[in-house]
Amino acid sequence: MTQLELTATVNGRQRTFAVEPHHTLLESLRDDLGLTGTKECCLVGECGACTVIVDGRSVDACLMLAAEADGTTIETVEGLAGPAAELSALQAAFLDTGAAQCGFCIPGQLMSAHALLAETPHPSRAEIEEGLAGNLCRCAGYEQIIEAVQRAAEAPAGAPARAHLPEPSVDVAAVPDAKLAPQ
Amino acid sequence: MSVGTSPRRGGGRERVTGAQHYVADVPIADTLHVKLVTFDHARARIRSIDGSAALALPGVRAVFSAADLPSPVPRFGPQLRDRPVIADGEVKYHGDPVAAVAAETKDLAEAGAALVRVDAEPLPAVTSIGACLAPDAPLVQDPSLRPDDPLAGTNVLREHRYAWGDLAAAETEAECVVEGTYAFPMVTQFAIEPHAFAAAPDGDGIVVWSAIQHPNWLQRVIASVLDLPLSKVRILAPDPGGAFGGKQHAKYEPLLAFMALRLQRPVRLVLSLEESFQAVRRGASEIRFRTGFRRDGTIVFRDIEASYLIGAYADIADRTVAKGSYTSAGPYRVPACRIVARSVLSNTVPSTAFRGFGNPQQIWAGESNLDEAARQLGIDPLEIRLRNLAPAGHPFIPGDTPADGDWAESLRRAAARIGWDEPVPDGRGRGIAVGLKSGPTTGLSYSTVRLLADGSVVVYAGTSDMGQGARTIFAQIAAGELGAPVEWVTVVMGDTAVVPYDQQTSASRSSVLMGNAVLNACREIQRRLAGMAARLEDVAEADVVVDRGEVRLPDERVLSIRDVLVRGLGRLGGEIIGVGEFRKEAEPDHPLGGTAAFYEFNATAVEVSVDRETGDLTVHRHVTVSDVGRALNPSQVRGQDEGAAVMGLGHTLMEHYLLDDDGRIRNLGAIDYRIPTSMDLPKAMESEIVENGDGPGPYGAKGMSEGALLCVAPAVAAAVRNAVGVDIRELPLTPERVWRALNGLPIEASTP
Repeated sequence: MTQLELTATVNGRQRTFAVEPHHTLLESLRDDLGLTGTKECCLVGECGACTVIVDGRSVDACLMLAAEADGTTIETVEGLAGPAAELSALQAAFLDTGAAQCGFCIPGQLMSAHALLAETPHPSRAEIEEGLAGNLCRCAGYEQIIEAVQRAAEAPAGAPARAHLPEPSVDVAAVPDAKLAPQ
Repeated sequence: MSVGTSPRRGGGRERVTGAQHYVADVPIADTLHVKLVTFDHARARIRSIDGSAALALPGVRAVFSAADLPSPVPRFGPQLRDRPVIADGEVKYHGDPVAAVAAETKDLAEAGAALVRVDAEPLPAVTSIGACLAPDAPLVQDPSLRPDDPLAGTNVLREHRYAWGDLAAAETEAECVVEGTYAFPMVTQFAIEPHAFAAAPDGDGIVVWSAIQHPNWLQRVIASVLDLPLSKVRILAPDPGGAFGGKQHAKYEPLLAFMALRLQRPVRLVLSLEESFQAVRRGASEIRFRTGFRRDGTIVFRDIEASYLIGAYADIADRTVAKGSYTSAGPYRVPACRIVARSVLSNTVPSTAFRGFGNPQQIWAGESNLDEAARQLGIDPLEIRLRNLAPAGHPFIPGDTPADGDWAESLRRAAARIGWDEPVPDGRGRGIAVGLKSGPTTGLSYSTVRLLADGSVVVYAGTSDMGQGARTIFAQIAAGELGAPVEWVTVVMGDTAVVPYDQQTSASRSSVLMGNAVLNACREIQRRLAGMAARLEDVAEADVVVDRGEVRLPDERVLSIRDVLVRGLGRLGGEIIGVGEFRKEAEPDHPLGGTAAFYEFNATAVEVSVDRETGDLTVHRHVTVSDVGRALNPSQVRGQDEGAAVMGLGHTLMEHYLLDDDGRIRNLGAIDYRIPTSMDLPKAMESEIVENGDGPGPYGAKGMSEGALLCVAPAVAAAVRNAVGVDIRELPLTPERVWRALNGLPIEASTP
């Protein structure tokens, strides 16, 4: 089958790539662009593991044809961290509340939460539950995931992304440098 | 001290950035994609498999079936070598693969699989306990697989009998006997990561990737079917994306290994969610439970007869039956007991380990039975449990580990938290239940720990981190013992070529057994450091104490480990290597082959309301109290506890396979098989722990990852009974079933 060429802005970079006309955005992200952070599970739009953000809206990448993404702006989990790999407030909150267990659903949870917070910066618990209702977590870490979203929503805008980094358990700076003799 | 705090999860950064590579994500150059071919019946005799149309597609490299394997077709299995590498002459359950297509792309593999022509004759299938046990039932398994077994001519794989006390005398002593039969459906693990496997030739051996809980066990299986030494089989086991028991034992790895060697190419198989449903599930059960009481609620006997519907192959299912039933009398003082438990083979998906390991079925029955008894005897459900609970040190199962915790404390805390003594709000009902599970009965874990020249640490541990957070725990132990920041510890797992042997990741064992192995490795390093310090400071080695990151000298000076290390290693640098081992020895005369390393104990109390018009349940409050010994990482403990509780709500409220009359699963996949979402949570989830430091693990820890799932179902059913007065003895408590019960209508079984 003839491949289609499409152009999209993926995680801030303009990409031009060829896709099979019948391939989903999920297949294309994973197999054509190597962005394997977006996960594959149910392929029927029920589990949310493949959630990405297309033109500001969260979508199940398994339900969208890649060809439909021509000319769009796509954000995936790989694009959440900053240019120096600093974690976003949301990512940091997921780590600090213990929201990520096995981690397989987490990219989808993060993207849904990201979309939710973009639209509703200070969601109620009920709004968070509803905003994440399409993202299954079989570790069932839902309480800690909801707390993470609440915590990220409380972070002041423009706050340093690593504001939630806990104090090291040992003061690294106080440990003397190793004094290895030259060979 | 790192232990007892909640540093960020080891591997957490990878999990929130998308950098974590699960098996489907691992880059493997030049890989062929594999698609399984099945026959859409629960049982059929295979006449022929014609792959010519598939092979005619450019890019399809192989259509692989039993004919391509050595004869007889190699078999494997953790309890019985009964599972062929691929269906051998007969389809034994809906989804049993008969062939596998390897192609250059996923699309081609799928297109090829659709073109494989399977000529097979459908045969009558047995898919319910009644049908399997009928005298004229077709045999699921070839009797020659069990020579000398008197049960080989039946569908009973094994029957387990446990008993103590004088049951006949106790029967006459009982002033009240309460009896019921309780059913638990087939449910599936539903890890969000569907099972995934890959294999590639590797020099004169093979490398196999699998999201497996037991890499070393898989290594033995591959070595056995390929007739290779262990050293030529390398298992790479990236962290599973959820496992819950379903990824303990080999499934399609042997098939992939044969294909890789035949094709001399890497091959990868990523199952769909539907195929994962057809690869693993929990055993269904029907359990008749009789308990005799005195009028004051004291238990005088329990008489339990359980049938578990396991699948077409044994897998580890019979062990779940044996182990789950062994503790089925519960955490109570039961003077006389008889337990009969049988594993019934059927033409259904092979059942295997699933969080709780055979216990949730028994606890559903036993705790529901106790709740019904409380009502008949006019005794409060909390009181009847407190009256019978075994106190710490009590040999409640003769010959096994005595009660190893203050279980009444957990129960009282759950009751206090839910406000058991306060009036129940209008329209609601409360239920309370307890769950007990025997921990590992045997175990062997090794760990290597390297203290590097700058004081940072590498820990090698063969545990699989499937979300429980083993990486974090081991890093915390090593950090605390060796005086390194936890961020300076790297934990290496999942590669049998590098990481020393570990028996398995199951039974909530790893913090205890591997945790002790890591601790022992750190202790060896501490001894070496003591020797170094003695040499450097010219003191007697016996007078040097190395503990929790510090070196203490006889003159009361305290040196940092790093200071001693850097000076002690000297000009060449280097490192200190410690090897730790921890064993839980087998006891051949014990019915389970070993006593419990510890018990998981949980008390759960819930408050629910029932919509009488629709039968819909709302869980308003869910209190779980687990006796964890010591919480090494409180945040991870909470995650495991709440996660287990919500998973328990799944089989309590909504999950079950529905079979058609031919034994095919009608609700395959995420649309028709529902698991709890963020909209299904209790309105308030309250997780508490009891920490008495009385466990056998590091710093007094016990395993705890299954406890909060054990007794969810009986607690919720008791609350429904309390709210609206109906007894339901069949899970799940779907709105339809509750509505039918409210309206006096019969309740339909999940299995025809």
